[in-house]
Amino acid sequence: MVDKPKITISTSPFLHDQVTTPRIMWELAYTLVPILMAAVYYFGLSALLVSAASIAGCLVTEYYLGKKGPLGNPLRDGSALVTGLLLALTLPPGFPLWMAFVGGVVAIGMGKLIWGGLGQNVFNPALVGRAFLQAAFPTAITTWEPPDGRYLGLRGTNLAPPFYQGEPVDALSTATPLAEMKFNQEPAALADLLLGNISGSLGETCGLLLILACLYLIARRIINWRIPAGILATVAVFSGIVYLFEPGRYPSPGFMLLAGGLLLGTVYMATDPVSSPLSPRGVWIYSIGIGLLVVLIRIWGGLPEGVMYAILLMNAATPLINRFVRPRVYGY
Amino acid sequence: MIGTAQNELKDRLLTFRHGVHPEEFKELSNHQRIERMPFVEEYILPLLQHIGAPSKPLVHKGQRVRRGDMVAEPGSFVSVALHTPVDGTVTDVGLYGHPNGQMLPAIRIKADPFSTQQLDQPPQRQPEELSKAEFIAAIQQAGIVGLGGAAFPAHVKFNIPEDKPCRHLMLNGCECEPFLTCDHRVMVEYAEELIDGTRILQRFVQAEKVSIAIEANKPDAVIALREASSRAGFPMEVVPLKVKYPQGAEKMMISAILGEEVPAGKLPIDVGVLVSNVGTIVALSQYFRQSQPLVERVITVTGTAVRRPANVLVPLGTPMRDLVEFCGGVTEAATRILLGGPMMGIVQKSLDTPVVKGTSGILVLTEREVQDIDTFSCIRCGRCLEACPLFLNPARLGLLARKGLWDDMEDYNALDCFECGSCSYVCPSGIPLVQSIKIGKAMIRERK
Repeated sequence: MVDKPKITISTSPFLHDQVTTPRIMWELAYTLVPILMAAVYYFGLSALLVSAASIAGCLVTEYYLGKKGPLGNPLRDGSALVTGLLLALTLPPGFPLWMAFVGGVVAIGMGKLIWGGLGQNVFNPALVGRAFLQAAFPTAITTWEPPDGRYLGLRGTNLAPPFYQGEPVDALSTATPLAEMKFNQEPAALADLLLGNISGSLGETCGLLLILACLYLIARRIINWRIPAGILATVAVFSGIVYLFEPGRYPSPGFMLLAGGLLLGTVYMATDPVSSPLSPRGVWIYSIGIGLLVVLIRIWGGLPEGVMYAILLMNAATPLINRFVRPRVYGY
Repeated sequence: MIGTAQNELKDRLLTFRHGVHPEEFKELSNHQRIERMPFVEEYILPLLQHIGAPSKPLVHKGQRVRRGDMVAEPGSFVSVALHTPVDGTVTDVGLYGHPNGQMLPAIRIKADPFSTQQLDQPPQRQPEELSKAEFIAAIQQAGIVGLGGAAFPAHVKFNIPEDKPCRHLMLNGCECEPFLTCDHRVMVEYAEELIDGTRILQRFVQAEKVSIAIEANKPDAVIALREASSRAGFPMEVVPLKVKYPQGAEKMMISAILGEEVPAGKLPIDVGVLVSNVGTIVALSQYFRQSQPLVERVITVTGTAVRRPANVLVPLGTPMRDLVEFCGGVTEAATRILLGGPMMGIVQKSLDTPVVKGTSGILVLTEREVQDIDTFSCIRCGRCLEACPLFLNPARLGLLARKGLWDDMEDYNALDCFECGSCSYVCPSGIPLVQSIKIGKAMIRERK
C-alpha cells in the first residue's frame, strides 16, 4: 500500500458548485414521485405495476450493459431510474406489463447505450422507448381505461403473457380528451384536465401537479426555464390564432396546453439537457420548434397527439442547432 | 452607519452578465487588522517577480545592503527594479525555488539581526514637480507592479499613448476571489494613501473621471473611501458592485460600470479606461511621500487549515513557511497549498518558496473544500455557457481539447479565455473544462 500523499497538486479552480449530475437526476426522480402517486390515485394498482415493469426494464439493461461510471455501479447516477419512470408515465394504465418492460429495455438500450451512454444520445431515451412501443404495439398503447376509483383491480391487459396482446379484463375503454376533441369536437372541462380525472397516460392527466413540478424544477435550476416558456407560449399563441378562426371546430389554447402529454413532455422530456441545445438562443429555436410541431400535428396531422414526435424531431435538429447557433463572444 | 450602507447596497447593484457565486469564506479574515510581519533571518528575492524581463542584479555576494536599497535594476522597458526589504548581507546570487514551480535566479539576503530595520532612503522628488516621462521612470525605479496578482509593471500600464486619452480611471477593489481579504483591508486601513495615490496618478493620466469599484460585501470599505475622498476634497465615485465572480476581472468591471465591452484583442485603454488595483495605488503614494519603494505588500494568509487566518504586511522575499508559522501554522488536515485565491490560484508543492510581488494570498485548504468531484460525461446542460463571462462555449471547447482539435478550438475563441475557472466551477459532471482550455491555448500558441 502506498500512502496517499498529504499535499496534492492540481490546477485551479479548487472550489466546486454543489450541483452534480447524479444530484440533478435524483432530484428529477423525486419530483416524479407525486406525479406517480396521482397516477396511482386515479388508476390504482395498474399504475404501480406498469411503472415497476418499465423501471425494471431500464434498470436491468443499464446494469448489465451500461458502462461503469465513476460511482462504480452504473445505476447510481439515477439516470436510468428517471428514464424508466418517465417512460411509464407516458403509457396507458391498462398496458401489458411485458410490453412496458420491453419498452424500458429499448429506451435504455437503443435510446441511450448504443449512442455511448449518459450524455451521448441524440434522442430522449424515454421517448425512444415510447416511439418503439407505439410502432410495435399500436393497439395496446392507444387503449385507454378511464379513472374509475378502483385501487386494487387491474385494468385492461396488464397481465397479458409475453408476446401476446391479451384479452382486456374489463371492456371499459374510452377516448382521451384529445381524441374526443379531434374526432368529435368535444372538449373536456379544463378543471378535469387540471386535476387529472380523465383518461390518458399515467402521468399526463394531472396538469396541476405537472405545473407545480415545472415551477419547482425551474426554481431549483434543474431544468432550463426557456424550454417550458418557449414551448407553452408557442402552443398558446399558435393554437390561439387557429382557434380564433373557428372556435367550435378547433380546440381552445387552454385545452391545447392542458390536454394530452404536452405538459409532461414539456417539463420532463423536452428539457432533457442531453438532447436539447446548449446555448440560450439555440434553446429558443428548439422550444419554439417543438411548440409549432405540436400544434401542427395535433390539428392537421392524422394523430390526436403530437408531443412525442415534436420533441423527437427537434432532438434530431439539436446537433445542427448547436453547430450553427453560436453565442456571441465578449468583445466581438 | 454600516447598516445604512448595507441597505443601500441591496438596491440594484451594477454587474456583468453571467458569472458564478462561489462560497465567499471571507469572514475568516475580513475583520483582521493588517499586522506587520516581524523580520526573519533570511530573504530570497527572485529576479523575476513581474511580467516581462527579469531584473539585473546590482549586488554581489558579501555586500551589505540597507532596507530600501535597489539590489537589481530593470532588465528592459517591460521590467522593474528590485529592492531589499531588510538591512543585511547578500549571501548568494543563485538559483532558488520560485512560486511558479521553476528554479530561477534570486538574491539571498541574510538579515542583520541587530538592525532596527528603519527605512532610511533619501526623499523622492514630489510628483507635482515631475514630467510625465520622469514619473514613468520613477515608478519603474520604485519597482511597482500591479498588486492584484498578475504583477504587470505599473509604469508600462500607466504610460498611456498620446493618441488614446484616458477618460476614466477605475480602481479595482472588487477582490472577487473567495477567501482573499488583503485589498479589502488595504481599502479600509489605507484609505488616505489610496486617495493620495489616486490623485497622483490622475494628474499624470489626465483622467476625466475617477471611480473605484468595490464588491458589495465590503460595506466598510465603501464607507471608508467615501469619507476619505470627501475629507481630501478629491472627487471619486465609489461604486458598489454585485458580489459575483469574476467581478474583479478588468473586462467584467468595465462591463459592469460602463456597460461597454473591451473589443477582442484590445486593452481597456482602447475604450478610454485605465484600471488599477488598489494596492498598486497605495504603493505609488508610499513611494512618493515616504520614499519607500515596493519592499513589502499585504498578503492574506487564510484557509480552513490555517490556525490563525490574518492579513499581514510582509517584506518581499519572506519564506512562505515563516509567514505561515507567523499565522499559527497549519493544521493536520491541510491538503492543498495555494498562492492566490481558490478560483485562479497556483498550487504549491511546499512552503519553501518566498513571497513575491504578485502574491496576494496564501491559502491552505482541507479535504472539505477541495474535494475532487467525480467526472461524468457531459450532459450538455449548458451551465458552463451561462457561467462564462466571455460568452464562450466551454462544453464545446472541452470536448475539442479532449480530441486534440486545436484549430477548431481557436475557431471557438479559445484564446479569448482568461481562465477564470467559472466553467469548471459549475460543471455538474465535474469535467476539468478550464484546465482543458488552458492546454488548448498552450497548444494553439505553440503551433503559431
